[in-house]
Amino acid sequence: MAVLDQTAPASALRWRNWRWSLAWIALLLVAIALISLPSLAPWAIDYPKQWIIPLAAELKALMKWVVKNFSIVTRAIASMLQLPLDLALGLLAKGFTIGNGAEALHLPRLSWLGLVVAFTLLGRLLGGGRIALIACICFSYIALFGQWDSAMLTLASIAICVPFAVLLGLGFGILAYHSPKFDTYAIRPMLDLMQTVPAFAYLVPVLLLFGFGPVSAMIATIIFAMPPMVRATALALRQVPEDIQDFASMAGCTRRQRLWRVMIPTARPLLMVGVNQVIMMTLNMVIIASMIGAGGLGYDVLLALRSLDIGRALEAGLAIVALAIALDRLSQAAADQGPLDPTAPARRHRYALVALAVLIVTTLGGLVWPWLASLPKDMTLTTGPIWSEMIAWINVNFFDAIDATRTWLLLHLLNPVKQFLLKTPWIVLVAALGLLGLYLGGIRRKQGWHLAILAMLLFAFSAVVGLWEKAMITVYLCGISAIFACLIGIPLGVLGGRRALANRILGIVVDTLQTLPSFVYLIPVVMLFRVGDVTAMIAIVFFAVAPAIRYTSHGIRQVPAHLTEAATAMGCTRRQLLWRVQLPLALPEILLGINQTILLALSMLVITALVGTRDLGQEVYIALTKADPGRGIVAGLAIAFIGITADRLMSAWARRLRQGMGLAAAETGAANH
Amino acid sequence: MTETVTRMPVTERLMTDRPVKLSCRNVWKVFGREAERFLQNRSTPPSADQIADAGLLAAVRDVSLDIHDGEIFIVMGLSGSGKSTLLRCLSRLIEPSAGSILLDGDDLLKADETRLIDIRRHKMGMVFQNFALLPHLTVLENVAFPLSVQNVGKAERLQRAMEVIDLVGLKGREQSYPRQLSGGQQQRVGIARSLAVNPELWFLDEPFSALDPLIRREMQSELLRLQNVLKKTMVFVTHDFDEAIRLADRIAIMKDGAVIQTGTPEELVTHPATEYVAEFTRDVQRAKVVSAASAMRPRSAGHFDSAVAADLKIQAVAAQVIGGGKPVAVTAADGSVIGELTPDAVLATLIGREAQR
Ligand SMILES: Nc1ncnc2c1ncn2[C@@H]1O[C@H](COP(=O)(O)OP(=O)(O)OP(=O)(O)O)[C@@H](O)[C@H]1O
Ligand SMILES: [Mg+2]
Repeated sequence: MAVLDQTAPASALRWRNWRWSLAWIALLLVAIALISLPSLAPWAIDYPKQWIIPLAAELKALMKWVVKNFSIVTRAIASMLQLPLDLALGLLAKGFTIGNGAEALHLPRLSWLGLVVAFTLLGRLLGGGRIALIACICFSYIALFGQWDSAMLTLASIAICVPFAVLLGLGFGILAYHSPKFDTYAIRPMLDLMQTVPAFAYLVPVLLLFGFGPVSAMIATIIFAMPPMVRATALALRQVPEDIQDFASMAGCTRRQRLWRVMIPTARPLLMVGVNQVIMMTLNMVIIASMIGAGGLGYDVLLALRSLDIGRALEAGLAIVALAIALDRLSQAAADQGPLDPTAPARRHRYALVALAVLIVTTLGGLVWPWLASLPKDMTLTTGPIWSEMIAWINVNFFDAIDATRTWLLLHLLNPVKQFLLKTPWIVLVAALGLLGLYLGGIRRKQGWHLAILAMLLFAFSAVVGLWEKAMITVYLCGISAIFACLIGIPLGVLGGRRALANRILGIVVDTLQTLPSFVYLIPVVMLFRVGDVTAMIAIVFFAVAPAIRYTSHGIRQVPAHLTEAATAMGCTRRQLLWRVQLPLALPEILLGINQTILLALSMLVITALVGTRDLGQEVYIALTKADPGRGIVAGLAIAFIGITADRLMSAWARRLRQGMGLAAAETGAANH
Repeated sequence: MTETVTRMPVTERLMTDRPVKLSCRNVWKVFGREAERFLQNRSTPPSADQIADAGLLAAVRDVSLDIHDGEIFIVMGLSGSGKSTLLRCLSRLIEPSAGSILLDGDDLLKADETRLIDIRRHKMGMVFQNFALLPHLTVLENVAFPLSVQNVGKAERLQRAMEVIDLVGLKGREQSYPRQLSGGQQQRVGIARSLAVNPELWFLDEPFSALDPLIRREMQSELLRLQNVLKKTMVFVTHDFDEAIRLADRIAIMKDGAVIQTGTPEELVTHPATEYVAEFTRDVQRAKVVSAASAMRPRSAGHFDSAVAADLKIQAVAAQVIGGGKPVAVTAADGSVIGELTPDAVLATLIGREAQR
């Protein structure tokens, strides 16, 4: 098609552009007609109530039936997780009690000091002094700021969730690798859905199946954290060089030997990247999971947020960040570590022995000196009051300015867009999406029609299940936030793409932004802007800006040097170079970044429900508090469908641009992102 | 070590007299959808056009070969001519689309998975162009790997691994990891690993192509030295004709998936079957390839001052013949004189004029 477009005579081209304009104008006229003559077709303006399919109620009934008939299975799964969890909790948080009554023997938990030393040693073993320092600072912070008890509850559940998620992910990844059919028809759609359905949405069915408690929270976390491992495994196995696979055959490996002794060890570096992602996703889930019974830091943040106790929320939130940074750096160091050092096993043993000795000594010492067992209150620091006072001070002194900003944004930006989306007849919006799908997907290609139909169906879903209004609020909030994120992120990315120093600084910023669990963004914003749409928007912008920066700067940097050199040789100024050469060539990549930004914005949306938005996220949240699985799933699906629509449209746009530039070959490479 | 190693005299190596180790008959490998059905539904072999029209790609077409016990058999051709594909068919890493492959007279294509694993564990070894070493194992563990998948006891397999590591001259590097070795050393590990199970049949797919020219020559000498000791049946793929001539007992030249000529280096040089083969052999130093027997003429004199063996290469006898200034006798293995070699003929071969004859 692209080739045709280029070779077509200019008149034909102009006519083709005209036709699109005509189509859009026609749609606009229809919209105006529908609004000005409301009696003409009232069903086209507001989706009629009697057409709504009560999907939520039916799902609820189905869930009830499942719960009633499959309780054996769910109980088996629950007890399978409960046992290791109890062990981890005993070790890290609660200690063990053997026997009961007065003569019960109580074994203490591991001493905080011992654990700080052990993690520091681990850091040194895996990544040298720098990682050791990071681990030491992070864990000391947690201990000194009085977050140790909660942090260990969280760590215990992470320590159990991660291996389960990794093993399950490995299993599905291997399946996907062995059976491409299973991959395309079962695993990949499932992963797509899991990544777009907000984590909240699967809390509800999990809650129903497994009841309120830590085990439910772990199951939800495992489901949430598994997808990157599946993808990493399938990818890693596919990337094992053909030579090595042939060697496995020629060495006479059985299938099992081939997989476990050749393929998986060779694929190890990429697999470890997957493990790192699983850890980060698990941490991301900490606060969300606390809604269905996970204790620990997440629960502290949740409680503090609900009572608007900013200082406490921030402290617990920072403790999550500390845990996240420590675990992220440790697992990355483990991933980077090759089996290069022949003395590695001996060194490992030495470190393990020292760590074990320190743990035992400090733990037993705790029986004599209680401060070793847990840091007494008067030895811990707290910054909570300081934060609260600071916020109070800011609010007293800057209240007017902040409030004016908030009101201005609401009056002049947020509300008009919201009203526009709510007032436009639903059928016009659905048709507009179809038209967009055709335009981006190519009207003469089969894919173009598929895209248009898919976009229309997925979008209409919200109307059919009676969530149109909430869906529109979702689109508006998410859309505006994504636009802001791009307006901030793309220029920063351009800067990073053109200047090495800026790139290095931005790299650190982006890494940090991506390490922070999404909830954390909410805390400072709530402090300043209180609850409402503006708060939600700002938090979403912070959360979603990272990919816009990262992809833009990568896109600019990957513009081939000979092209920029040629442009410079032709006498382009730096500005011309940017606008005429670098930006156009980086555009497909930038679009991918925008795509990711939109998806992140959607996933953050649900979390902002906590600060009182009125969108689909709120619907999921309400379903959660009422334990109504039907409502939760339907609203979750509606969010996922919006995400999938946006994703497909953006991908089609990127493809169109790439073909236009004759870069169609680059498509396969970009598809891996 | 580089230049001193030479092949053993031909008389000891009349390879075609030995039993056939591996043979293939009318082997095809066609890539594309429903390639097998395309081949089955016809009585005569398809032409190149028919295959292309069906949207298929014939990487190996109608190849028949006999590879003899203890022979270095070289498959030679330009990039994309189907050498690797043929080798992968012979080792059954991929299933041929048609044809049969006999190893020691047994049909390899009929072997089920267990049998195939067994054959590969005990009879076959393979060396890969990009070494294909396992990055997470040390040299010692890499070499012992084929034994360990057979559950050979630890002490035994480590001892055997040390033996072959010693054989390829890597003693002292057992505890290194592949990334710590140079390309040449890595390929020595690859060779040691393929020899660990003491295979009868040894496949090498461009084993030296990733190495720089000096190391390549060194490795070729090393291979010849090993072969003098081990006497394996070798199928060696290369796109480098000099390498082929240096190593080969016999060479099969491939073009577009088909074998267009099979013969000793000398036969290829002196009697190229097609213009294409002649093109390949044009720049070869003929004196290294042509033997006294090919350059001699019927005896004319009754008496000779000296004699040369019929299977010696011209290069080896040049000094003797030209220095004497007179024709010398060419003698067969039993000592009988079968012809005479004149200084003119030697000179002609040395300067490559004989091609124009
Ligand atoms: N799995 C495959 N699917 C489709 N075509 C293939 C496949 N493997 C090889 N081919 C094609 O078969 C032809 C022969 O490839 P092969 O790898 O055997 O060549 P080669 O002689 O080994 O070349 P080189 O010297 O580059 O290794 C090539 O045109 C290649 O593109
Ligand atoms: Mg090849």
